[in-house]
Amino acid sequence: MSDFLQTPEREIAQLEQLARRVLERARSGGAEQAEVSLSSSLAREAAVRLGEVDVLEEARDRGIRVTVFRNQCSASASTGDLRLDTVDECVDRALAIARHTQPDPAAGLADPELMADQPVELDLWHPVDLGMSDLLARARTIEQAGRDADERISNSEGASVSTEAAVSVYANSHGFFGSSRGTSYSQSCVLIAADEAGMQRDYDWDTQRRFDDLADPVTTGAGAASRTVRRLGARRVPTGKVPVLFAPEVARGLIGHLVGAVSGSSLYRRASYLLDAVGQQVLPSWVSLIERPRLLVGASSGWFDADGVATRESALVADGELLRYVLSNYSARRLGLQTTANAGGVRNLCLVGASHAFEQLLAEMGTGLIVTEVMGQGVNLVTGDYSRGAAGFWVENGEIVFPAEEITIAGHLRDMLAGVVAAGTDVDTRRNIQTGSLLIERMTVAGQQD
Amino acid sequence: MMFELARGQLLQPAGLDDSDLDRILGRLCGPGVDLGEAYFQRRVRESWMLEDGSVRGGSWDVDQGVGLRAVAGTGTGFAYADSLDLPALMAAASSARAITRSGQSGQVRAGQAVQARHRYAADDPTASGQAGDRVELLRTIDAYTRSLDSRVSQVTVNLSASFETIVVAASDGVLAGDVRPLVRLDIRVLMEQGKRREQGFAGGGGRFPLEELMQAETWQDMAREAVRQGGVNLTAEDAPAGHMTVVLGPGWPGVLLHEAIGHGLEGDFNRKGISAFSNRIGEQVASAGCTIVDDGTLERRRGSLSIDDEGTPASCTTLIENGRLVGYMQDKLNARLMGVEPTGNGRRESFAHLPMPRMTNTYMLPGEHDPGEIIASVEDGIYAVNFNGGQVDITSGKFVFAASEAYRIKNGKIGAAIKGATLIGNGPDVLTRVGMVGNDLRLDSGVGVCGKEGQSVPVGVGQPTLRIDGLTVGGTA
Repeated sequence: MSDFLQTPEREIAQLEQLARRVLERARSGGAEQAEVSLSSSLAREAAVRLGEVDVLEEARDRGIRVTVFRNQCSASASTGDLRLDTVDECVDRALAIARHTQPDPAAGLADPELMADQPVELDLWHPVDLGMSDLLARARTIEQAGRDADERISNSEGASVSTEAAVSVYANSHGFFGSSRGTSYSQSCVLIAADEAGMQRDYDWDTQRRFDDLADPVTTGAGAASRTVRRLGARRVPTGKVPVLFAPEVARGLIGHLVGAVSGSSLYRRASYLLDAVGQQVLPSWVSLIERPRLLVGASSGWFDADGVATRESALVADGELLRYVLSNYSARRLGLQTTANAGGVRNLCLVGASHAFEQLLAEMGTGLIVTEVMGQGVNLVTGDYSRGAAGFWVENGEIVFPAEEITIAGHLRDMLAGVVAAGTDVDTRRNIQTGSLLIERMTVAGQQD
Repeated sequence: MMFELARGQLLQPAGLDDSDLDRILGRLCGPGVDLGEAYFQRRVRESWMLEDGSVRGGSWDVDQGVGLRAVAGTGTGFAYADSLDLPALMAAASSARAITRSGQSGQVRAGQAVQARHRYAADDPTASGQAGDRVELLRTIDAYTRSLDSRVSQVTVNLSASFETIVVAASDGVLAGDVRPLVRLDIRVLMEQGKRREQGFAGGGGRFPLEELMQAETWQDMAREAVRQGGVNLTAEDAPAGHMTVVLGPGWPGVLLHEAIGHGLEGDFNRKGISAFSNRIGEQVASAGCTIVDDGTLERRRGSLSIDDEGTPASCTTLIENGRLVGYMQDKLNARLMGVEPTGNGRRESFAHLPMPRMTNTYMLPGEHDPGEIIASVEDGIYAVNFNGGQVDITSGKFVFAASEAYRIKNGKIGAAIKGATLIGNGPDVLTRVGMVGNDLRLDSGVGVCGKEGQSVPVGVGQPTLRIDGLTVGGTA
């Protein structure tokens, strides 16, 4: 087993030593405050395509970013090259740039009393020493299972299996030193199916902190196959206003837009359709969004945020009402508020209140559209206008009738989120926003010529 | 000689000479290896950000490293190192050669410096020494932009400059270097009127000295454009929903070509037979008036390259000629497997990523129609002139791009502004619906970023005014 996996403490100690050097150099160079984040990771990936090796990759990545504050002016510098002279140059460059930037009353570290003072073991480190040949064999099994699952699978973009072990350190001139370490294991498979009408592509994937929690290779391969063949024969749907059911993989994005709209950087720039929305009803009253940053073995767990501030469980939305914004120390100061320990984003934001199995959601929808994929950037958080490309399935009387593609779905985020009429218990816990399917009362779907 | 310059900046300070390159390539070229390659890169980026009337952020970032790959058949072994010392490089080379099979060691051909025309000057636009001027410029831009319209409530200005040096040494004898500047200025405004708030944006740049962006007429044009766009959006009505005639303005709307056609014509997808355009060379995939090229040779453009990231000189590749599909874009690996020549489209985000076929500057050549004549020909439709970018599913061919400035057309006249809406179509047939091609070819201002398999590279797009007889418009009205 490599040193990195066996003794991450040693790697962390090295990063901490560099952090001390950086903070000392920043101080002696005239910075009143400084912070530094460092990361180091070891990753391996094996990809196969049509049974042959496609890519074998070994990646050793390291990085450092330093930010200095001087007379309320700030500047930052980064590098992926951790040799001492490059690191020193970074500090000097940041100090030099801070001589030119202008004073910003909100600049600076979070107050010392907010720093996380108790390290918490979050059980994120589960090293397994997997060689390239182990990964390769698993990738082959996944792809083969996918290709064997259905005779309409005509081609493959391949299957891949990867492992990553990463450690990171954040330190600042208050004397705060925090470190974290985590492993992650991922697998995916992308297949092509064909019929007279043309080709379709889809995929399945999984990612877990513990290797043993990964889906069975055959499940992922077969899942990719069934997701791909079910798209064959896709066509457009009539233009009109209908209920839309967002599958978990895209429902997450909807909640993500809400998070974006109540994030500090959108708010202080007035670039959000949800200004001054604390206390307002943003979701139906049976929905809550709870942030659980310290979930054990969680997808995005951490005991301190990117400012060194202690994280804690807290509701973002309770009974549909927005209780707070999503703030870093900086954005909080810009708004005259307190940080919510969200520097770096939300961690394990979970939707609570779901009660419907997927089939119940279909029955409740009656006739409408299931969306399994959205395309493009048509989300405007300033106005709340939403218009994106979509693919999925057309449903009549609670039954899937045919796959749909080359259509758009449009609406306003405020109406869409308030118009969530039911949520599914099919929760996807693999990412930082964890929700099941969401049924939206009505959106405009555009497709066929009238 | 660009190679000598790049070698002097990158390899000499690390104490690496030709015999070291030979040793690295020798290590990479294990049995069965068709190509061993070392890609050295150093990139420095400096940026400044103005918000709320003052320059609140500045940053300096440097990355340096070497990507080593060994290609055997369709497979690639890949590893990289973030330090340039020989033992680290040899260790990474050993990891990369994990791909090797049994048999004879691969051949390393003696390196020969690649000759290529320079498409841009080798001047370094990052220079903290002039930081004062840059900060002052941002403040001047802010004041000017605010003075243009009292409805402007926020101005954000970003100025960035990067300077990249690369050296490529490969077992096929390629020895090449390039020194690439890239600058960019973005102006974003938030405008408020009553209860409405809307954004406007303008930006530009390319591979030229930062001083050119700092000239008053250049940034004043951008500021006026951002404010004009924001003002238009303040009056925008809900966009229509359904299938209709769409006229696309010249320049940046060429993002249509990038998504609908470009990605589907990249060599890797076609070699694998997973593109909606696979095995369609020679077929009519567009109206007769459509000729589309990918041209990395344009002087000083954002998407241009003197050589690509595999050391192949950039070229102008015709993709579609008078509506007929004639060519794909290739890197070395896919060109070899398809039995064609590389086209100078082998690009990578950095040393830590593998190269693959990517676009450079993709555009359609002009036709004969006056843009006014094109608008006048439309009874009922929309006219879209600015976009937020797009996305494509290369296998099904479905693509989207999201309009950020558009208008209704009624009875041949441009009418009310409409809100941003996503347009969706099918790549292999959208260009067969091109009814008219304008005579007003324009390239974008230099803001394009293309993402593929998690890798971002700078690109350009362009087109004349186009009339498309049937695209789905994703409005709400």
